Amino acid sequence: MPYTKRRRLVSSAVAVALGATALAACGSSSDDGEAGSGPVSLTYWTWAPGMDKVVDLWNEGPGKKEQITVTVKKQASGDTLVTKILTAHKAGQAPDLVQAEYQALPTLVSNDALADIGDGAGAAKDRFAEGVWQQTTLGTDAVYAIPQDIGPMMFYYRADLFEQYDLTVPTTWDEFAETARKLKKAAPDKDLTTFSANDSGLFAGLAQQAGARWWTTSGDRWKVGINDDATRKVAEFWGGLVKEGAIDNQPMYTPAWNKALNTGKQIAWVSAVWAPGTLTTAAPDTKGKWAMAPLPQWNDGDKRTGSWGGSSTAVTTDSAHKDAATKFAVWLNTDRTALNALAKDGGIYPASTSAQLSGAFTEPPAYFTNQPDFYRKAAEIAETTAPSAWGPNVNVAYTSFKDAFGAAAKNKSDFTAALDTMQRVTVADLKKQGFGVAE
Amino acid sequence: MSSLAVPGTEPTAGTAGGTVRRPARRRRIAPLPTLTLLLGAVYCLLPVAWVVIASTKSGSELFSTFTFWPGTGFAGNLADLAAYRDGVYWRWMGNSALYAGLGALLSTCVSAISGHALAVYRFRGREALFNVLLAGVLMPPVILAVPQYLLLAQAGLTDSHLSVLLPQILSPYGVYLARIYATAAVPADVVEAARMDGAGEWRIFTRVALPMMLPGLVTVFLFQFVAVWNNFLLPYIMLSDDEKFPITLGLHTLLEQGANTPALYTLVITGAFLAVLPLVALFLVVQRFWSLDLLSGAVKS
Repeated sequence: MPYTKRRRLVSSAVAVALGATALAACGSSSDDGEAGSGPVSLTYWTWAPGMDKVVDLWNEGPGKKEQITVTVKKQASGDTLVTKILTAHKAGQAPDLVQAEYQALPTLVSNDALADIGDGAGAAKDRFAEGVWQQTTLGTDAVYAIPQDIGPMMFYYRADLFEQYDLTVPTTWDEFAETARKLKKAAPDKDLTTFSANDSGLFAGLAQQAGARWWTTSGDRWKVGINDDATRKVAEFWGGLVKEGAIDNQPMYTPAWNKALNTGKQIAWVSAVWAPGTLTTAAPDTKGKWAMAPLPQWNDGDKRTGSWGGSSTAVTTDSAHKDAATKFAVWLNTDRTALNALAKDGGIYPASTSAQLSGAFTEPPAYFTNQPDFYRKAAEIAETTAPSAWGPNVNVAYTSFKDAFGAAAKNKSDFTAALDTMQRVTVADLKKQGFGVAE
Repeated sequence: MSSLAVPGTEPTAGTAGGTVRRPARRRRIAPLPTLTLLLGAVYCLLPVAWVVIASTKSGSELFSTFTFWPGTGFAGNLADLAAYRDGVYWRWMGNSALYAGLGALLSTCVSAISGHALAVYRFRGREALFNVLLAGVLMPPVILAVPQYLLLAQAGLTDSHLSVLLPQILSPYGVYLARIYATAAVPADVVEAARMDGAGEWRIFTRVALPMMLPGLVTVFLFQFVAVWNNFLLPYIMLSDDEKFPITLGLHTLLEQGANTPALYTLVITGAFLAVLPLVALFLVVQRFWSLDLLSGAVKS
């Protein structure tokens, strides 16, 4: 495939800004004609539960006025959806709107699947935290998506068991390690938590908190920093804890893990704002016994967190009605009624800062009735989210993480070697795809 | 299953073992093979048993009670499943039945005609054609899904029922089986005799060859039905409207709801349990044709 060599590199600001504004200019002029000439119907691929109810609000309200009807086509989330979108795009049949995780945006943009909607969406910028908005611009002048939900990371622990074993909530990672050791001494059959390699987003978020920047650009080349100093520090920290047996090394989301949380064999979990939902099904018997605190920090007094999960709404280049689609996407992610419905029916934590303290978020989640200020605290933590740096082959890096770190955690072997493997695999794949890579 | 019937027909079926040692009708159970078979049976049936038992557990019982102890939530699970997105599950079930039933039927017809033609007629390039078909058998259908999608997109057929049905009608394996079976089951003399009596080719196929091929075609139908019922990638790429999803895709969307919503395990497990039932029923019904096939083959040879 010779044409892959010429694939557009996303983040080289000058080239894209020039090209994209030219494209957007001709795109929007033709759209205006179409949008004004009659009713428009749009299709929207999304996985959020209850999204059809939220879209109904649009179709009966503002959409009716504007003659823009949106149809939800419910999809399964995950990397396979990105492949599906790209396949459809190859045939010129991608839907008008897609839900996309932040780390998938560079992949979609480098395949020219997402339209620059800066003209219609640029004004929404100040509704979001800067670190969140930056993920949808990929560091260029263009805007490729509108943030929908975010997953700021937090520390969850069993408040009752922490008291029973006389543990204090760790504010630094050093204290976190001490807490794990102290618990092991007091109750050898219990673990503070586990290091799991089956969800790469967790590790990526922890590295992000430490200041890692996995994909950056220099000139028109990608630079991969997966084994940079910050990530190395994170890998060594968790590798050390696993090796000395201070924490468990079994994967998350298994029946055994559910049981460990439900019976108090594991008494803490490094997770994100959506954890209450997971805990409700994983550990139904411990409702009301958990509490949430900010993630431990690397330096005393710091206030930073990473993000795990979260997604955005994007308009595809295949859409014949980009302006109409942009209007809907802006409404969906900034309008108060829409966000309230999304929170209620979709169970999402909104990216829009004004929505984080209103509507459904004035009360704590049902699982955390013992912590009335849950969402106020969450909003404060969300504000401290460190910037992230995604590249066009996150899926490859993630798969490599699962393989390399999965084996390392199981064998309690060297985590930094696993990190080097991840770096090597990711760089090799970028080169194979025809991207320029700076060593 | 039909192999169990073999010891009963000792005089004919016992020839293979009899030539070597001729055991004096010993009914002793050989421990090692029996144990191996039992282990195999346990290995295959345990996951099924798990699904059956897990489908009776409610959400809170699923991971907290003993694995093989039935729960109390089966009715609740069924109600939840039926209520999910206004009963879209039954639609998925209907879609699966349509794709697998109609698809397998059409595929069997195509296989029967092609197999008959390849077996009865001698024409230039027959073996070459058959070899291409064999290559098709070796090619995993997964590889073809994306090209098929691009082709159907050109024809404007994606995201329709046809887009899932059409690619599955031609099954190289089905044609291969039908040809092999037709060669063995339809004697050339019979075809020749029918021709002498003045029957046309179509009449020969429908009245003479088809009844003889029927047991083989049942096998083709079953294979194809199961293959379509379990197919995931083709419908995954072709369809975007979840009202047209087959059951495999539908259950997948229940599992992958995004990081912030827990997977609907109880619904998926109950859904998977119900999805196996039609297959089990189909096998039980069609089994008699099948064992007939194997037995009649054994007698003839």
